[in-house]
Amino acid sequence: MNLLLILLSVVLVNNFVLSRFLGICPFLGVSKKVETAVGMSIAVTFVMALASVFSWLVQEFVLVPLKIEFMQTIAFILVIAALVQFVEMVIKKTSPTLYQALGVYLPLITTNCAVLGVAILNIQNNFNLIETLVNGIGGGLSFTLAIVLFAGVRERLETAPIPKALEGFPIAMIAASLFAIAFLGFTGLGQ
Amino acid sequence: MNINTILWSVVSLGGLAVLFGIILTYASKKFAVEVNPKTAEVRDALPSANCGGCGFAGCDAFADAVVNGNAPITGCPVGGAALAAKLAEIMGVAAGDSEKHVARVICCGDSNNAKEKYEYQGITDCKAAEALAGGSKSCRYGCTGLGTCVKACPFDAIHVVNGVAVVDEDKCTACKKCIAVCPKNIIELVPISKEVRVLCKNQEKGKEVMQSCKVGCIACQKCVKACKFDAIIFENNLARIDYSKCVNCMMCAEACPTKTIYANFKNRKKAFIHDDKCIGCTICSKNCNFEAIEGELKGKHKILEDKCVGCSKCYEKCPKDAVEMR
Repeated sequence: MNLLLILLSVVLVNNFVLSRFLGICPFLGVSKKVETAVGMSIAVTFVMALASVFSWLVQEFVLVPLKIEFMQTIAFILVIAALVQFVEMVIKKTSPTLYQALGVYLPLITTNCAVLGVAILNIQNNFNLIETLVNGIGGGLSFTLAIVLFAGVRERLETAPIPKALEGFPIAMIAASLFAIAFLGFTGLGQ
Repeated sequence: MNINTILWSVVSLGGLAVLFGIILTYASKKFAVEVNPKTAEVRDALPSANCGGCGFAGCDAFADAVVNGNAPITGCPVGGAALAAKLAEIMGVAAGDSEKHVARVICCGDSNNAKEKYEYQGITDCKAAEALAGGSKSCRYGCTGLGTCVKACPFDAIHVVNGVAVVDEDKCTACKKCIAVCPKNIIELVPISKEVRVLCKNQEKGKEVMQSCKVGCIACQKCVKACKFDAIIFENNLARIDYSKCVNCMMCAEACPTKTIYANFKNRKKAFIHDDKCIGCTICSKNCNFEAIEGELKGKHKILEDKCVGCSKCYEKCPKDAVEMR
């Protein structure tokens, strides 16, 4: 039950992109088409889940025993960077088409604050390993929800009559803020 | 500050880093993807300007396209013929021939020759000025001189001098970016060897043109009459040079009363007949439109330098290759 609660809260109530404002860069950068958005969100979910688990393990078995918790940020970045490199190599080998579509964005995921954010939040909330994994996957799912919905809206905006000054990026920002306001409606759902 | 803390931090993080390094190295070997070495070679040969002049998204994309056969090796305007030859070597095919082109601004109405209709205080952008009744220049076909093309050029090859944009032909790579942004459409791509150009796009005639600009084309047609090679097209009250026929003799530039036609007379070639090769066949003097060759049958021929205009007709016609253009 607790796990379901965690999942629900991270996907809807505390949505990483729309409530916590983490991971805005790929959110705005990759959301022009629904297909690329879906691809990107799969990559992000995968990275987030693995990053949560590995950073939790590093925290539990290296940082805490040696009493060097202050090294958390650097250690996590190290883990995430290595992980993304690994994921990039795997994708390059197994799916060249996906690599062509997403190859540019993978390094972007490394510096994505959402990935570091989920790792640190796991520690802050004192989750155990399973809870960490669920939170990681949930974070990825929340990103997926936000970016896929947003991509759908943006695709529609391409053919809508928009004032010339607002075309492209400005209207995307306005749409994103409206999304964020809408998701406020989910507060209090956890109760 | 406990020395142990520092020690453990360094050791553990260093240890983690080494561990990840080993895993990644192993993974890179295991998950190695075969890259076509030709693509890397082609990519290295490219100028890396990423200007998009080839029509692809940057030099990487063009290199891929060349190797896959989706792009011609002459596709890069920046590298030109030299690059095409190199790519031909790498790809193992014969290169086509393409002469270097440059952009030219078809307007000579600078601040000495043309006036301003009104004082323009808007954004320093030609497209913005064009929206205001065609710009502040007295001639509505002319260059507004506000430099939108200068900003567009990635090679610093175009500058505004005295109110008109001028292309530096040494730096121009014919990437066509300036042509795309000019709202007056007065930049054209011309082969660099063609020296003569009509620097005006004005479609009015006579007095109206003179009122707008001192060096505009007044449609007097003196150039059309002066050209012995039928290389001037006259339409819409404007003279235009047909570069497939023009031989750089510069007679039109001499004839133009308003000095609209520009030709660098220093670059005018003069013919020279090599005595040792001339056999006195008189083919050259018969073909010369300017009576600039004298000589008798079977005798050595000579060029009259003050009459020669460098049209290269004799050079083309001589069966013994005795004529040199210099």
